[in-house]
Amino acid sequence: MLPFFIQKGTGAMEEKNGLRRFLPTFLWLAAGTAVIWGLIRLIAPYSAGITLTQKIIVARITEVGGFLIALLVGLAAIEVYVYQIFFRGPRDLTTGIIVRALQGLFGLTLLMSVVAFFDLTDLIRLGDGPLAAVIRFPINLPATLQRALINASFASKSSAGLWSGLLLVVIVGILLAVVQALTRPRSTKLGLAYLLVTPAFIGIFFLILYPFAFEVKLAFSNASLGTQATKNASYGLIYGWQNLVTLFTGNVAKEAKFFEVLGRTVLWTVINVTFHVTGGMILALMLNRPMKLRGLYRTLLVFPWAIPTTIAAMAFRNEFDSRYGFFNIILRNLQSWFADVASHTGSWLVIGDAFNWLAQNIGPVSWKQDPFWAFVSVLIVNIWLGIPFMMVIILGGLQSISHEYYEAAEIDGASPWQSFWNITIPLLRPVLTPAIILGVVWTFNKFDVIYLVTQGGPQEKTDILVSSMYKAAFQFYRYGFTAMFALVIFLILFIFTLVFLRVSGGLKSATE
Amino acid sequence: MNSVLTVLKRFYRWFFFRARGDSPFKRLLIHLGLIAACIIAVYPVLRVVTISLRPNDTLLTTSLRIIPENATLDNYKEVLFGAPEKNRKSDFFLWLWNSLSIVMVTSIASVTLAATSAYAFSRFRFPGRNAGLIFLFTTQMIPAGMLLLPLFIMLAKLQMINTSLGLIIAYSVSSVPLTIWTLKGYYDTIPVDLEEAALIDGASRLRTFTQIILPLSSPALAIAFLFSFMGGWSEYLVARVVLQKNEMYTWPLGIFTYAQQFTVAWGKFAAASVLIAIPVMALFLYSSKWLISGLTLGSVKG
Repeated sequence: MLPFFIQKGTGAMEEKNGLRRFLPTFLWLAAGTAVIWGLIRLIAPYSAGITLTQKIIVARITEVGGFLIALLVGLAAIEVYVYQIFFRGPRDLTTGIIVRALQGLFGLTLLMSVVAFFDLTDLIRLGDGPLAAVIRFPINLPATLQRALINASFASKSSAGLWSGLLLVVIVGILLAVVQALTRPRSTKLGLAYLLVTPAFIGIFFLILYPFAFEVKLAFSNASLGTQATKNASYGLIYGWQNLVTLFTGNVAKEAKFFEVLGRTVLWTVINVTFHVTGGMILALMLNRPMKLRGLYRTLLVFPWAIPTTIAAMAFRNEFDSRYGFFNIILRNLQSWFADVASHTGSWLVIGDAFNWLAQNIGPVSWKQDPFWAFVSVLIVNIWLGIPFMMVIILGGLQSISHEYYEAAEIDGASPWQSFWNITIPLLRPVLTPAIILGVVWTFNKFDVIYLVTQGGPQEKTDILVSSMYKAAFQFYRYGFTAMFALVIFLILFIFTLVFLRVSGGLKSATE
Repeated sequence: MNSVLTVLKRFYRWFFFRARGDSPFKRLLIHLGLIAACIIAVYPVLRVVTISLRPNDTLLTTSLRIIPENATLDNYKEVLFGAPEKNRKSDFFLWLWNSLSIVMVTSIASVTLAATSAYAFSRFRFPGRNAGLIFLFTTQMIPAGMLLLPLFIMLAKLQMINTSLGLIIAYSVSSVPLTIWTLKGYYDTIPVDLEEAALIDGASRLRTFTQIILPLSSPALAIAFLFSFMGGWSEYLVARVVLQKNEMYTWPLGIFTYAQQFTVAWGKFAAASVLIAIPVMALFLYSSKWLISGLTLGSVKG
C-alpha cells in the first residue's frame, strides 16, 4: 500500500470512509517515525564522532526556508499580476485608467528589477548616472528599507530583513488588492495556460536563457583570471575573433588540439550510442515475452542505472588499477589458464597453438598509462551505465506493439528477421528517434564519467570537448575562451539535431 | 532401437522447432543470455560491497571472492562514526545532510514547475506553444559545462558561492525542460473526456487539474521526481565548482576525497558508497515497474 498522495484514483470518487483511506498514510508515518527514532537511538551513543550537529541543521533549515518563502511570495505576486491581466477587466473608464496605470507601474518595476539584475551580474553596465539610480531603485528597495528601519530604531539588525520583507509584501499586497477591487471577472480561454507556464519560464529565463546570453557576451571578451573574471574584462569583436582563432589553432586545454579532441568526441559518441541502442534492443527483445523470472531479470538489469553515477564511476576507476582491479585480475587469471591448457595440450593439433596464441595476446593491460586502453576503460564504464536506460525505453515501445502484426506476418511467411526490420523498427520509431537524439546529445556532453574515471589523462588523451572545456574554465581560468568554446559545441549539436530531425521526420508527433 | 530413435527425433523436433511459441532451445539461449547480462550488470556493484567488507590489512588482494575472508564491518563503523582512538571525526552525516537538504528542495521545485506547465502544453493550444516546446528541446543541447561558467560568475557576483542556496539555484531548473516533455507526453495519454465531464458538472479547470489529472499521472510524477532527485543526488561537477569549503560538501565531493588515495581509503570509500547507494537503489528498483509506463507511454500513444 502506498500513502494516499501517490495512490491512484481520486478521493471524491472512492467510496471508502475517511479513516480507512488514511490508514496507509498513518502506517507509513508510524514506520518513518520508528525508523528515525531507531536511527537516533543507534547514532546517539557515537554522536561525539559526528560533525553534523543540531545547530547546523537548524541554520540550514532557516536559510533554505527563508529563501523558499521569499521566492514563493515573489512568485505568488507575479502570478496574481498575470491572473489579473487575463482574468479581470476594469469596470468603467476611470477605474480602467487607474488599474492600467497601477499594472503598468508594477510591470515597469519588474522590468527595472530585471535590468538592474543584469547590471548587478555584469551582463550590461548601467554606470552611475541618474537613470541608473532610478533603474536600480526597486532592486535596492529591500536594503534601503532595512537601513531606514534600523535608523528609525524600529528593528534590530537581525530582524530588519524580516520586517522589511513583510513591509514589502504588505505594499505589493495592497497594490494588487486595489486592482482586484476595481475590476470585474472576465472570461478568458487561454489565461490559465499562461498562468501555468509562467513560473517555469521565469526559472528557465533566469537560469538557462540569461546565462546563455551571458555566455555569448563572454565569448567576445578577454575575461580570464587576470581580468578578475568580468570585472576588468574588455569586450569587442576582435576578442571573439582571437578566441575563435585560439580555439581552432591553439591548445584547447593544456596541450590537446581542437580537431583531435573533436574526432575523439565523435568516436566516443558513436561508439557509446551504438552500444547503448543495440545492447538495449537485444536485452529488450529477449525480455519482451512471457517467461519465468522476467521481473527478476529486469530488476537486475536496471542496476547500472540505479546506482548513482558518481559511485559507479569512482568504483570503476579503482577497478582499473593495474594490480588490484578486477579487470586485470580476470585477465591475468585467463592468461594463466590459457597457458596452462596450452602446456597440457602441447602442440596437439591446432588447439595447443591457439591457446598459446591466446595466452600471449590476452593479458593484463595498463589501463591508466596507455592512451588507447584508457579510452577503452571510459567507454566500458559509460556503455555499462547507459544500456539499461535504452533497454527500458525500447521495452516500453515494444510492449505497445500489438501481437497481431507479428501473427499476420508469420501467416504471410515472413522470417523473424524480416518482421523485425519491417514491423518492429518502423513501429519503434516514435520512441527511438527522440531517445537516440537525446542519447547522442547527452553522450556528447557527458563528461562526469570521463572526469571521474581518468580525469582526461594520460596527457589529455581521453578528453572529449566538454571535459576540455571544463578544464579550460576551472583549471586554466580562460573564461572568454571557454565561452567561445561552449558556443561552438552548442552549434555543432544544434546543427546535428536539425539534420537528424529533417532526415528522420522530426518531432511532429510530439508537438502536435 | 527404432523406438529410441523416434523418441530422440521427436525430442529434437520439439527442442528446436516447436510449432507454437518459442522452442525450448530458444528459451534456453535467452535465459543464458539474460543471466550473462545480469552478471555483467551486477558484478561491479557486488565488488563494491566486497571491498567494503574487507579488513583493512587485506584491502590489496587479488582475490575475486564475493564475501572476503575475515569479513568485518570496521569500514562502516569508521565511515559513520569516525575513529575516536585516532581522533578522527566523521563527516558522513554532514555530507548526507548537505546533499539531502539541497536535492529535496530542487526536485520538489522542479517537479512542481514542470507539472503545471506540462499541463498547459498538453491541454491548451495557445500562441507560442510550439515555439516553447521546441525551445525546451533545444535547451537539452546546451552543454552542461556551458551554463556552468556564467552561472558560476553570476553566483560569485551575488555572493552565493559556497552556500547551499547557490547549488539549489544551479540545480533547480536544469531538469525542468525534459520533465516538462515527459509529463506532457503522459498527460496526452489521459483522455480529455474525463476532464470535459467534470467541467460540465461545474468543476473549474484548476480543480480538474488537481483532482483528475494529478492523481491519474502519479506514476509519471513519481518518476519525474525520482529522476530529478537522482540527477541532483549524484551530481559532482557543478557541486565541485560551487562548493569549495569542506563543511559544505555534498556526498559526491566528500566521497571523492576517499577515492583519491588508492591504498588509504578504498575500503572507506566502498563502505560509504554502499551506505549511500542502498536507499537510493532500493527506491529506484522499487519504482522500476513504473519506469516503463511513466517514461515512454507518452511518446508511443496510439
